[in-house]
Amino acid sequence: MAQTMQATDQTLRVNPINCTGHGVCAELLPELISVDEWGYPIVDPRPVPWTLERDARRAVAACPALALRLLRSSTS
Amino acid sequence: MTTTMPMPTNPASEASQAGRTTSTAGLPRLLPAAPEDLRGHLARYGPVPFRGMPGLLIDDIEASGLTGRGGAAFPVYRKLAIVARGRGRKVVVANGAESEPASRKDELLLRIAPNLVLDGLQLAAEAVGASEAHLYLHTGPTPAIGKALADRTAMGLDPLPVTITQAPPRFLAGQESALVNRLNGRAALPSFQPPRVTERGLGGAPTLVQNVETLAHLALIARYGPRWFRAVGTRAEPGSMLTTVYAPNRRCQIVETEIGAPLRTLLSSEADTQAWLIGGYHGSWLPMPDAVGLTLDNESLRRFGAAAGAGVLVAFPADRCGLAESARVVSYLAAESAGQCGPCLNGLPRIAAGLAELAGPSARRQVRADLERWAGLVTGRGACNHPDGTVRFVRSALTVFAPEISRHARGHCSATNRTPFLPLPDGMPTSDEDWS
Repeated sequence: MAQTMQATDQTLRVNPINCTGHGVCAELLPELISVDEWGYPIVDPRPVPWTLERDARRAVAACPALALRLLRSSTS
Repeated sequence: MTTTMPMPTNPASEASQAGRTTSTAGLPRLLPAAPEDLRGHLARYGPVPFRGMPGLLIDDIEASGLTGRGGAAFPVYRKLAIVARGRGRKVVVANGAESEPASRKDELLLRIAPNLVLDGLQLAAEAVGASEAHLYLHTGPTPAIGKALADRTAMGLDPLPVTITQAPPRFLAGQESALVNRLNGRAALPSFQPPRVTERGLGGAPTLVQNVETLAHLALIARYGPRWFRAVGTRAEPGSMLTTVYAPNRRCQIVETEIGAPLRTLLSSEADTQAWLIGGYHGSWLPMPDAVGLTLDNESLRRFGAAAGAGVLVAFPADRCGLAESARVVSYLAAESAGQCGPCLNGLPRIAAGLAELAGPSARRQVRADLERWAGLVTGRGACNHPDGTVRFVRSALTVFAPEISRHARGHCSATNRTPFLPLPDGMPTSDEDWS
C-alpha cells in the first residue's frame, strides 16, 4: 500500500523493435533501467515512483530511437 | 508448412486413421474420410447457416467456449466481439500458414475439407460485419482451394470474394501481426503491439485473424449449436482438436481428438519412447513415465508447464539423443528469429550454441549457468512470443534430458540411432528477402 501511494500510474515500456541498445536511458535512469550483456535495456516493470517521474520523462525524451515510452499502467 | 517438406501420405488414409484412432462418438467432426467437394460438403453438413445480420453468431460462439486452434487458445468470441465493435471497414483473415514445421493438420484440413474452412470464413465475416475476406497460405492457391472457391462462386454461395495471399516459408510468418504486415504489402515480420490487429490491422481496419481449423469449428457451431460442440471436450476447453501425432516408428498421423483425452491413448508410453514433446517447437518436453497420466488439455498440461499449442504431439524414440535433437531444433529457432529485437537476436544464437555444446562430448562447466542466464534475459523481451516459446522448449529439454547431460559430460551418449527424428524444413532461408 505504501508503495502504491508513492507511485505514479505510469510504467516504462520499451518497444524492442525500435530499440537499438544505445543505452542512454540506463545512464539517465539507473534506478529503473539496467542494460543486459548485449547493451539492451532491462526496465523495471513496476509503476514509476513519483520521485523518479522527472528522470523517467527525461529518459523517454532522450531515447534516440524513440523506443522508450511512459504508459498508463492500465493500458500497458 | 514449407514447400520443401515431404508431403504426407494420401489424405484419405490419414483421415480414416483419424476415424479409427478416436473412440469418442461423433468424431471426427472436421475430417471427412476422403476429400469432399462442395456438393458432398453441403449434403453432409447442410446449407451455410448465415444469420442475416452481424453480431448474432457471437453469442453462440461464446456459449460454445471455442478457443483458437492456432496455438494460443484465445477465446474466439472475444476477438469476434472486439472486431464487431470496431468502426468502419473490417477485415477477416483465415490463417492457414501454420508455421510449426512439425504441424501438418491445417494443410490436411485445407486439402480434404476446404469448404468447411470457407464456410467459417464467410460466417465469421458476417458475424463481425466485415467487407473483406482473405485466406493466408504457405502454399498459395492449391487445386483443392481453387476448386472450392470456383464451385462456391458458381453457386453464388458466398457474400464476399476471398483473396489468397502466400506466406513466406518462415516460422513466424503466421504470427498475427506478421500476417497483417504481409497482407499490407510489407515483409511478414511481427510488429510491436498494441495496437492489436483486432483494433488496427489490414489497411488500419479492425482485423479478425483466425486459424483455419478454428473457422471450421465455427462453421459447425453455427450449424449445430454450442451444446453440440460441448458434447466432447472438457468444461473449460470444449470440443475436439486436430493433432499431428508422431510415433517412434511411424510417420506422422493427423488425428482429430477430444480435448482432455488421455495422452497415452494418442502417444506411445512404452519402452520405445523416452519422452514426449507436447505443443511443437514452442512447446515442452515431458518426462516419461511421470507425464503418462496427463490429458490433452491446458488445465492438465499447465501442471507440467506445458500447453497443447497447435496440437503437435511427439513420442520421442528411446534410441535417439534428446539433447542433439533439441539442439537441432533450437538452432533452427534461432535462425528463424526475425532479428528485430536485440535480446532475441543476440540471445537465441547463444542459447542454440550452448545447447549444441551440451549435446557434444566436452561441454564447458559454465554452459548450464550461461543457458539459464540467457534464457532469463530473452524471456518477455521480444515484440512477439518467439523468445519465450523458444525458452520454454529449451528449459524443458534441460530438465527432461538432465541425465543425458551428465552422460555427455562423462563423454558418453546413450543414442544408438543418429538419424534426425524431429522434422525441420530442408533449406533454411538465409536472406532477408525470404520474409516476403
